[in-house]
Amino acid sequence: MTIPQWTYLIVGLTFGLYLTIAFFSQARDTKGFYIAGHHVPAFFNGMATGADWMSAASFISMAGLISFMGYDGAVYLIGWTGGYVLLALLLAPYLRKYGKFTVPDFVGDRYYSSAARLVAVVCAIFVSFTYIAGQMRGVGVVFSRFLGVQVNVGVIVGIVIVFAYAALGGMRAITWTQVAQYLVLIAAYLIPAAAISMKLTGVPIPQLGFGSKLVEGPHAGTYLLEAIDALHRDLGLPEYTAAYTPGKKSMLDVFAIAAALMVGTAGLPHVLIRFYTVPTVRSARFSAFWALVFIGLLYTTAPAVATFARVNLIQTLNGRAYAAAPEWFKNWEATGLIRFQDKDGDGAIAIRATNDPANELTVDQDIMVLANPEIARLPAWVVALVAAGGLAAALSTAAGLLLVISSSISHDLVKRVLLPDMTERQELNLARVAAGVAVVVAGYFGIHPPGFVSQVVAFAFGLAASSFFPVLVLGIFSKRTTKEGAIAGMLSGLTFTAAYIIYFKYVAPAAGPEAWWFGISPEGIGIVGMAINFAVTIGVSHLTPPPPAPIQETVEAIRYPRGSEI
Amino acid sequence: MASSPPTPPPSPEEPPARSEHARYWRANKIIVGVLLAIWFLVGAVLAIFLVRPLNGVRLGGFPLGFWIAHQGAIYVFIGLILIYCLLMEREDSKFHVEERRRRGSGT
Repeated sequence: MTIPQWTYLIVGLTFGLYLTIAFFSQARDTKGFYIAGHHVPAFFNGMATGADWMSAASFISMAGLISFMGYDGAVYLIGWTGGYVLLALLLAPYLRKYGKFTVPDFVGDRYYSSAARLVAVVCAIFVSFTYIAGQMRGVGVVFSRFLGVQVNVGVIVGIVIVFAYAALGGMRAITWTQVAQYLVLIAAYLIPAAAISMKLTGVPIPQLGFGSKLVEGPHAGTYLLEAIDALHRDLGLPEYTAAYTPGKKSMLDVFAIAAALMVGTAGLPHVLIRFYTVPTVRSARFSAFWALVFIGLLYTTAPAVATFARVNLIQTLNGRAYAAAPEWFKNWEATGLIRFQDKDGDGAIAIRATNDPANELTVDQDIMVLANPEIARLPAWVVALVAAGGLAAALSTAAGLLLVISSSISHDLVKRVLLPDMTERQELNLARVAAGVAVVVAGYFGIHPPGFVSQVVAFAFGLAASSFFPVLVLGIFSKRTTKEGAIAGMLSGLTFTAAYIIYFKYVAPAAGPEAWWFGISPEGIGIVGMAINFAVTIGVSHLTPPPPAPIQETVEAIRYPRGSEI
Repeated sequence: MASSPPTPPPSPEEPPARSEHARYWRANKIIVGVLLAIWFLVGAVLAIFLVRPLNGVRLGGFPLGFWIAHQGAIYVFIGLILIYCLLMEREDSKFHVEERRRRGSGT
């Protein structure tokens, strides 16, 4: 069988699996639709959280990004895992004990204010939409690269599939499909990684392989990382493992970005709501543990894949005659992900730093994962599995985001503010309609991506960090935090962060690191926004009357697990 | 927490459960504080601030600082959450605030 045939087969089988699971786990009431009726065991919630969290970008792009960044890639590795420690210790158990449906629910109730609820609704919807557009695009891109269909056709297939299970089945169906999607994506990630590790170092475990000695090529017998550093020195690039050398990020910027991603992770609504779905406070804590185990499996493999791809790329291509380039190079050249420009006319490929005029090779970061199986000469079904894995990562994240958008509208906006007399049945139907509309809007953005899609990740994390995280933590850990404090804090954190990102990304994109405040890039500014939010919330709270007694009682009650068994 | 003022003796009209809750919450804050201190030490101090000196030390084929930043920190984060789960489970039952078992509440 050929690669496209295998891809149709495996992608078809996995889609069939997701729809079957969804069919048997449909939600029949709002509790089932929003939070799967509190019936998800911690182990499986951890798996579902892993799939929910790991997006098309984690699966397809992250290893390639790290491959170009070397040490600096730590901002993603630390940032996107360390946030789970904050989630587990500061938020998850208490949100579960509080036990309602959404993040704006908690903000609105704790801060006894419709204004606070509305600010939270706007943040939740904005963050989720910026994120979901990228997922739908990811579905289209995987379809087009592996099956040769148009990106738009792929996006539409994605819309139909996600609509079928998210809008009809709600959180119950989303949860169990996410469990299946996790298994597909992790298998698709680990199998090629292990094979490449084996081929390059003779060690089948990638986490150990990238600290081992190479067994083939001109550097056989030296440690892989030493070989990369040497190759980089020869090409005039900064060493791969070195930190804070010219051409790399500054120490403060690495810290700011990692911290903003951590805090942003802990403030993302689609991750937070997963902790509402478990039966007990205890299982909310263990969910966070299992989630990070399952996420860590991919996140500790990614930096290994990054080094294997880097050494492979340089060793097999640099200095080689273009006519003698390996077959995978020719295959992927057709997709435009890798391009050779013979500037000096000698017919050989010269790899230099990206901004070096002598550089002749342009490589898209996505190729590092997508072309892996071909570089390692794995059978066609593995290539097809990688396609199915990329789709699983994109669809599972899209579904989780869709639920946040849908519940923000049907529950937080309409039920809690506009039409409190709505019946259960009406709310459930409205939630389905809202999910349907949201998926179509997301699909539209997937087909017509706004120019800023690649930059909105900074936005989503910066805004989550500077809006939600401080008011959630203070809402639990300080009874004295008032509605005035929370609203002022959310707005000031949000305004500052949004202004900084908009200025440096869109108004003055040419202004480089010299113009950044203290050298902090727009990706890392969310951490400053968070600090502003904390300071304003605490300050204003002390100047305003304390929250009413029943609110303080509620805060007291969410601090103790007993009583969660409603 | 040694610098915080001594807690006043529970007033007679306050139910005993209340002061037990306060002690539980205090224990919780200490556990969270210590674990977050380790989280910061590994995730920021070792992996970011001290990465250059640590890179002078080798761990097999890895420069140590690079290994912590790309691998070790993640293992520590997983370990911290597990320790938190286990310690809190102990505190829950010590202060009698644990949840009663019910169907489907497994981990």
